[in-house]
Amino acid sequence: MNALRRHRALTRIWASDPGWKGWFTTVNHTDLGRMFLATAAFFFVVGGILAMLIRAQLATPRSAFLGPEHYNQIFTMHGTIMMFLFAIPFFEGLAVYLLPKLLGTRDLAFPRLTAYGFWCYVFGGAMMIFALLAGIAPDSGWFMYPPLSSTLGAPGINPDFWLIGITFVEISAISAAVEITVTVLRYRAPGMRLSQMPIFAWYALVTAVMILTGFPPLILGSILLELERAFGMPFFQVAAGGDALLWQHLFWLFGHPEVYIIFLPAAGAISTILPVMARTRLMGYGWIVAAAVSLAVLSFGLWVHHMFTTGIPHMGLAFFSAASTLVAVPTAVQIFAWIGTLATGSPRLHLPMLWLLAFFATFVIGGLTGVMVAIVPFDWQVHDTYFIVAHLHYVLVGGFVFPMLAALYYWMPHFTGRRTYFKLGTTAFWLVFTGFHGTFLLLHWAGLLGMRRRIDSFEPGQGWELINLIASVSGFVMAIGFALVLVDVVVNAMVAIRGSRDPWGAGTLEWAMPTPSAAYNFASLPQVSSRDPLYDTPDLPAQLARGEGYLGDPARNRRETLAIDVASAEPRQIVVFPGNTLLPIWMAAITGLFFLGMLLKTYWLVPISAVGVITCALIWVWSLGRRRPEGRLPVGRGLSLATAAEAADPPGWWGSLFLLLADGTFFGALLFGYAFLWTVAPNWPPPAYAEPGPALLLLVALGAGLALAGPRAGHWVVAVGSLLLGAAGIAALFLVPDPSAHAYDATVWVLVGYGLLHHAVCLLMIAVVAARRRAGHSAATTRGAERVSHLWSRYTALTSLVIAAAVGLPGALT
Amino acid sequence: MHPAGPAAAVIATLWWVLLIGATLIFLFVAGLFAWAWRRPAGPANVRRYVIGLGLAFPLTVLAALLAYGLVVGERLLPRAAPDVVSVTAEARQWAWRFGYDDAPGRETQGILHIPAGRPVDVAITTVDVVHSFWVPRLAGKLDAVPGHVNTLRIEAFAPGRYAGVSAEFSGPGYRAHRFEVIAHDAQGWQAFLTGETP
Repeated sequence: MNALRRHRALTRIWASDPGWKGWFTTVNHTDLGRMFLATAAFFFVVGGILAMLIRAQLATPRSAFLGPEHYNQIFTMHGTIMMFLFAIPFFEGLAVYLLPKLLGTRDLAFPRLTAYGFWCYVFGGAMMIFALLAGIAPDSGWFMYPPLSSTLGAPGINPDFWLIGITFVEISAISAAVEITVTVLRYRAPGMRLSQMPIFAWYALVTAVMILTGFPPLILGSILLELERAFGMPFFQVAAGGDALLWQHLFWLFGHPEVYIIFLPAAGAISTILPVMARTRLMGYGWIVAAAVSLAVLSFGLWVHHMFTTGIPHMGLAFFSAASTLVAVPTAVQIFAWIGTLATGSPRLHLPMLWLLAFFATFVIGGLTGVMVAIVPFDWQVHDTYFIVAHLHYVLVGGFVFPMLAALYYWMPHFTGRRTYFKLGTTAFWLVFTGFHGTFLLLHWAGLLGMRRRIDSFEPGQGWELINLIASVSGFVMAIGFALVLVDVVVNAMVAIRGSRDPWGAGTLEWAMPTPSAAYNFASLPQVSSRDPLYDTPDLPAQLARGEGYLGDPARNRRETLAIDVASAEPRQIVVFPGNTLLPIWMAAITGLFFLGMLLKTYWLVPISAVGVITCALIWVWSLGRRRPEGRLPVGRGLSLATAAEAADPPGWWGSLFLLLADGTFFGALLFGYAFLWTVAPNWPPPAYAEPGPALLLLVALGAGLALAGPRAGHWVVAVGSLLLGAAGIAALFLVPDPSAHAYDATVWVLVGYGLLHHAVCLLMIAVVAARRRAGHSAATTRGAERVSHLWSRYTALTSLVIAAAVGLPGALT
Repeated sequence: MHPAGPAAAVIATLWWVLLIGATLIFLFVAGLFAWAWRRPAGPANVRRYVIGLGLAFPLTVLAALLAYGLVVGERLLPRAAPDVVSVTAEARQWAWRFGYDDAPGRETQGILHIPAGRPVDVAITTVDVVHSFWVPRLAGKLDAVPGHVNTLRIEAFAPGRYAGVSAEFSGPGYRAHRFEVIAHDAQGWQAFLTGETP
């Protein structure tokens, strides 16, 4: 088979459906990555328009352009859209598009999950846009502090859009994170050890794990606040044992890691692009990986620096102040390693490099002002002023938007397969760069002069007029620059001339394919032995096209790629991917109905759509794998492997493991909230604790014993254990019949609800495995599913014991 | 940036130190960058960049800075002293009510009276949403959190009127959520406490 016939055969297998229908049925990461990036760019434009409205309002004192009702919605939505609907999805899109290509594989670990996440993002984002257009958008600030965001400060529907819409969108962040983690660990090209991964894959891995551990506290906070708003469960109401500070802790427990979730992918792009632009290799690869990991770890220890003014004891503040300044160290390691990389090479001033220069100039200033606000007394003065506004824009625009523009221009030849022909990009660069600094540099000073954030207009005579006028004019210059970038990208994508395959002379695998890339990425999968395979084997693209790598023979006529061993990178399994399907978009739409039911308080819709989602999930799972084992199949280069469906640790097991990491973090955050209320909230202890009798305790012990008996005892024993634990949970609710009485009662309900939900999931899984055996699946092809089910059962049984202790112990001890 | 009290003055000094330090570091990094850009291609010492500049340099600067910040922060804490005056501040959407320990029962709306030249502890709380007490020329800010009482130490060098604002977003009336601090001389303070016209 020659290269062209192989290309045709693989394209027939891998391509999305033709025409517009393909958008809805595709599960291909190249298409979904592009769709993610385009949608995120759309939200960037919306957020940018809101920013222009803000600057128009603040251009002159006593402006009558917008009243506070509209202004409050606009600044809240500007922050919300830029953070949740632009920055995170843009990273997801870039990772979805690039990772399989960088790692030398054909798609992400769970293609239908990519599509499901994307559609959840689109539908959730649409909810937010609807709220904005209808004039009922959230207006309590992007960090939604209660009681202002609760029924006391906002009785209308506005905050519900935030709490429900953003939680819906976060499904896409969590599913992308699970996917990225499993892809990086299991789907690299054979031979690519962890230490030989492209540096961007390291950053993506660290970022994904951060999303799995950083987002759950926010999701928990949103659920608790929505429960308070909808059902009066008083988590944040001080009179009934709640505490407004609990929200601030949960929010910033997410909010600070979020800043690094945004910065690290950008740093990954810089570490990839900079050495190529300087025609050299990255300095200190191991140091940079260590720096990224330590940034991730440290970032979870400094959320309190957003709360220096909330009355926390000074020594506590000192600890968090130290942690906050310490985070500058790994950042400095990266900055100086990049400067060192420049020193070893001879840099070229192409457009991506120009944006990297803008990054350096801007981000270093943002980092230095960041160290300033980490110093507690200084923060007492500038907190909630325009100094902070300026600082965070230097960090986020300098540390994310500019590197992402460098990435856009760097990978544009890959996206389009065309050469940049028109020279609008340079003009756009200068407009954005000067516009940005014109907008924000002087706003530092306005903050020092006492200008507060979030005021809808200001009085003349305080020395703020000129600064604000300059900021507004520059803001519009920046907006024109961004519009030009957009025009530049569209024009170059449509009409520029065809370019060469590897225009920058890079060494990573994404350039080892024709551009724009084929649906299957690689005609055969490479065997990798270094970080820059293209530098070692310049002939590699031709070899792969000739089918000299793995899986070059499309004879089995299905979507196949390889899964490797995590550490040794030896190929282990053949993964068979599903084809195009409407299932993900249906499931996302029904998930949307679930959230819509809660938003509109039409609660009959909630259980119906929950059943719908479960049905979709069952169809989804049922279509996996074959009834009979296929045994070992040839994969090329003299190797034979079994499919993942017959393995004990299929990718789905790894996916479950990382989903449970997020789930466990959620549970941990819930326990933290419980302990926090107990120790800090003023109106504790509650009037009465739940006092479970010996019968209930016996039920819990028996249930947990059976559920933990595990695989040897058989599925039905585990199922009975789960049922007993569930019954014990329902019985416990009768001990605290009114969840709106006190924050303690409300917390018990949430803890028990968490357990019940998990038992339901476990029982479903057990039922699916049993049904598959009954339908004639062999032991070999259900082995993986069984282990997934056991993993969940064991997790649920253990958390049930913790829940029982948390609910029962206070009553037993007093 | 016109401090009128010891806390604000210390913070203003801190700011100038931070600004000068940050400017020097920025110039250093920019200079190093320019040098690296112009340097002809060739091997470079990884340890010098990563360990020397990446680890040792920021650790030294940050340790010094942290110590300085900690000392300043300790000086601003409300510590017991013989001449401390205690007042209370209660925020609501969108007003402030002040009470005085030295004149029980005395309340003022929107105007806080304090003696000049004496440390004043403001016990801050709120009856509805989160607010923040901030008199920019006298001291930093501290939040008013439902159910909690936070104490902020302020002091004015000289008698006069100082503008105060709430510095935590609180809804539609946030912009106009202001108050005023009037610092009296010793005589005026006594007159205020005994109930004469402030």
